[in-house]
Amino acid sequence: MTGTGVGEILLSLNHVSARYDKQIVLSHVDFHVHEDQFTGIVGPSGAGKTTLLRLLLGTLKPCEGSMTTEPDLRVAYVPQLETVDWNFPITVFECVLMSRTHGRRMPWASGSERARVMTVLDRLGIADLAQRHIRELSGGQQQRMFLARALLREPQLLLLDEPTSGVDVSTRHDILHLLGDLHEDGVAIVLTTHDLNGMAAHLPHLVCVNSRIVADGSPAEVITPEVLEETFGARMEVLEHLGMLVVVDGAPVIRADAPVPPTPLTFPENI
Amino acid sequence: MDALFEPLSYAFFNKGLIVATLSGALLGFIGVFIVLRGMSYIGHGLSHSIFGGFAASQLFAAQFYMLGAGLWGVASAIAITTVARKGRVGADAAIGVITTASFALGVALFAKFGTSGPSFENALFGSILGISVQQIIGLVAVSVFAALFVFLRYRALIFSTFDPDVADVSGVRVARLEAMLMIVLSLAILATLTVIGVTLVAAMLVIPAVIGRMLTDSFGKMLAWSTGIGLFCGFVGMYASYYAGVPSGTMIVLVGAAIFVIVLAVTGGRGLRRSAGLDKHHDVAELAPVVTR
Repeated sequence: MTGTGVGEILLSLNHVSARYDKQIVLSHVDFHVHEDQFTGIVGPSGAGKTTLLRLLLGTLKPCEGSMTTEPDLRVAYVPQLETVDWNFPITVFECVLMSRTHGRRMPWASGSERARVMTVLDRLGIADLAQRHIRELSGGQQQRMFLARALLREPQLLLLDEPTSGVDVSTRHDILHLLGDLHEDGVAIVLTTHDLNGMAAHLPHLVCVNSRIVADGSPAEVITPEVLEETFGARMEVLEHLGMLVVVDGAPVIRADAPVPPTPLTFPENI
Repeated sequence: MDALFEPLSYAFFNKGLIVATLSGALLGFIGVFIVLRGMSYIGHGLSHSIFGGFAASQLFAAQFYMLGAGLWGVASAIAITTVARKGRVGADAAIGVITTASFALGVALFAKFGTSGPSFENALFGSILGISVQQIIGLVAVSVFAALFVFLRYRALIFSTFDPDVADVSGVRVARLEAMLMIVLSLAILATLTVIGVTLVAAMLVIPAVIGRMLTDSFGKMLAWSTGIGLFCGFVGMYASYYAGVPSGTMIVLVGAAIFVIVLAVTGGRGLRRSAGLDKHHDVAELAPVVTR
């Protein structure tokens, strides 16, 4: 069973397996999302992170097991920036507004909708970009725009696919703080990330995935050489710096003309 | 001015002008969604496929050949989508096989049994002769239906065109919307087939939309531009067809191509940058929600 929270369970995957065509991508996963959850799903490429997210979204049906969801659960999803068609003819305002598909169906925004969109954009610090084309935004601004679109749905659960992929360090910090604020406001958050140091180590709860759930717990419990080796299939070193865990992957590169180190280096196995 | 009013003294030209102008506007309107979804090839394939139904229906139910061709088109669209979603055959191959086979069947039926409706050449390249009041009413009805569909589902259509996965999660019934769009596309092709012609309908789905994209970064404005350009092409193309003595469809498309060249020259790199990526070809299976995988 997985979950940080003690609050009400919003969504549960019970002994779920998933496959694309005949290939099993995830097997026998138990995953519960509580209303106060803030979880990062980590794992190598092809490990099933996005598949797990899609199961939670309900866009992929499990081939085995069951899924239970709280009635009328409001879920919002922030896609990977790489998957977006940035040339699509749409402004930031139009992009955020598109999540309001229920209720009023007029093509144009009502006065209250306009005000609501601008309030959310203002909260995320991009209100002045409302009439810009989406291609004209920086990576961080693009991520904020999609967060705004998600927030307009007033979600109970926010799912994000690699939210810090392709953004700079400063933007990554901003996104982390934004997500922290949203969590404090009562939004459950589940995200995937391959960024162990920049993202995963800062989250309260992690789930390591490699075709199955390898481990879950706090970063201190999960970010260990043993768990990381089982998850990523390669040995990694874990250091502690100013109270933070730092993962060092890959073998050190020694130049031929480099001075001999004072103490012998021990090379990790399997690298 | 005489050149403008002289053709209007002929009843057949008046009917042709109404149908061509409305056809251009309708195809330009629907074309925005087709082009932005990367479905241009499907539009091309469907027009060819409907030709098969057009020929077959005339043999078995001459009075209802438009209905038969329409049903044939919808059946082809469903067949393409189904085959592609099964994953065994790619979307390109599915469209290639189903639509060209249907087109070939139409050609064979025309050659063997002839036609009680439009001639083979007229069906291929369009004609302004013999347009009936019923056809005009049919085109108006399809145009109103298409406009209502887009008006009522505007946001959902933008959402599912831009980001089908997230739209699906957000409560938009993407698969149903997709099916509706295919039906509207089939009806639009069918209603405009007689004037524009089978081989040139796809061009009028694409050209106004691409020009519209080159002119603006706003979806709403692109829709307006594309509809207006389609309307203009139909209107001017009809006069050009009358004076040049060539099939209407060819002149309508040539007017569109001329506007494209002018807009390209005026907008330059900005226009090209805006229209970049419109050639990306969505797999039909990708357009459906992920649950179908």
